[in-house]
Amino acid sequence: MSKELMNKQDLDRALTRMAHEIIEKNKGISRLCLIGIQRGGVYLAHRLAARIQFIEKREIPVGSLDIAFYRDDLNIRKQQPVVRRTEVSFEVNDLKIVLVDDVLFTGRSIRSAMDALMDIGRPASIQLAVLVDRGHRELPIKADYVGKNIPTALSELVEVQMEEEGFEDRVIIRKSEPPEGRDAE
Amino acid sequence: MLNNKDLLGIKELSVKEISLIIETAAGFKDILGRDIKKVPALRGKTTVNLFFEPSTRTRTSFELAAKRLSTDVINFSVPTSSVVKGESLIDTALTVQALGADFIIIRHASSGVPHLLSKHLNASVINAGDGTNEHPTQALLDAFTIQEKKGKIEGLTIAIVGDIMHSRVAKSDIYCLKALGADVRLIGPPTLIPENLKTIGVSIFHNMEDGLKGVDVLIMLRIQMERQGKGFFPSTEEYAKNWGLTPERLSCAKEDVIVMHPGPMNRGIEIASEIADGPKSVILEQVTNGIAVRMSVMYLLSGVKR
Repeated sequence: MSKELMNKQDLDRALTRMAHEIIEKNKGISRLCLIGIQRGGVYLAHRLAARIQFIEKREIPVGSLDIAFYRDDLNIRKQQPVVRRTEVSFEVNDLKIVLVDDVLFTGRSIRSAMDALMDIGRPASIQLAVLVDRGHRELPIKADYVGKNIPTALSELVEVQMEEEGFEDRVIIRKSEPPEGRDAE
Repeated sequence: MLNNKDLLGIKELSVKEISLIIETAAGFKDILGRDIKKVPALRGKTTVNLFFEPSTRTRTSFELAAKRLSTDVINFSVPTSSVVKGESLIDTALTVQALGADFIIIRHASSGVPHLLSKHLNASVINAGDGTNEHPTQALLDAFTIQEKKGKIEGLTIAIVGDIMHSRVAKSDIYCLKALGADVRLIGPPTLIPENLKTIGVSIFHNMEDGLKGVDVLIMLRIQMERQGKGFFPSTEEYAKNWGLTPERLSCAKEDVIVMHPGPMNRGIEIASEIADGPKSVILEQVTNGIAVRMSVMYLLSGVKR
């Protein structure tokens, strides 16, 4: 049983608005970069970058971050998370980083991501952009840019499906357990 | 995911497990190139290096891998331990486990020791070389290096040169590279290559020039000096003359051949210095990749449920 919360058009519009907000808040894109959290966040970071480049007519650096080694649940998970590549080909020292993820839930992934970023360098600041904020934070973490706020029950599962993974673009909410190999956040 | 809590040999792994270890190693290699070469993944765990045979590079590589995953590391060196007072192998291992070890890295002169200990321990046992049986992490790092340099392993022609009979590296390499779809050749004197290896689908050459034709990857083995004078080959000089890798011989292989060696090298005997230091050599890359592969193994083993 699943319900659609955002379709392709909703998703496109949300990303376009977020791109504008990022440019507005940072007064342009000077010394700004986007870093997506593997995997959904990486696709979203590239989509945001394409929009920002279209608006500002300038390239913005994009990187990807894998947080497997920084998770706080390695001892209690059923299986180890799959390790993906961290590819940040530019110096992050003194850059303003916009961290991008698909779903903001407990905040623990973001905590891991901030630790991982600090091991790569010393950014000037870190901001957070998420497509969906579903609530239930367990840490004092708040997003700077949100595509859509979706109140959920703890038992529910929010899934962002994207063309890059062979789906149609959409966000769905389900009651059941996640299918194997996909994390809840 | 891995199915067993221990890494005993390549023989015990499925193709899927071998591929997973190699793919995961790529993520760890990224970390080794950074200023901060350490991740908190295995914080609070303890690793014990239990080496009953001398080793510098393998032990150091495991020690670095363990430290970069944030585990605490203890090096249990045998000459100063209770083993010299007559403690049994299993008692030593149980004692190490009682000290709180989560990973026990073991090297022993007798084949099968890691397998025996794994049955008595809850900790993850990792084979760092057992007798003439296997040295699985060396084969995994070799496969990772080949994958990185050539972009694939399946369909490549890979030659292993030297003392196959006494080499645990050769055995693990054969199992691993065959499993991944390579065409494996063995080159060396007849006294050092058991003919029955043909039954597992490798080809055997007793002449360097013939064996090197069309080779993509060349793995040179260390000639074990302790074998000298035991009738396997007349002398190191003669071995070097017939089986040593020289620039002239290397020209028989493919233009883009890469040359590997597990170390330590006997320069001028099994490999000429100009090759070891030359552009086709990936010997130092192997050392770096060894840390990444060992991190990958420990990380993946830590996820296996008991």
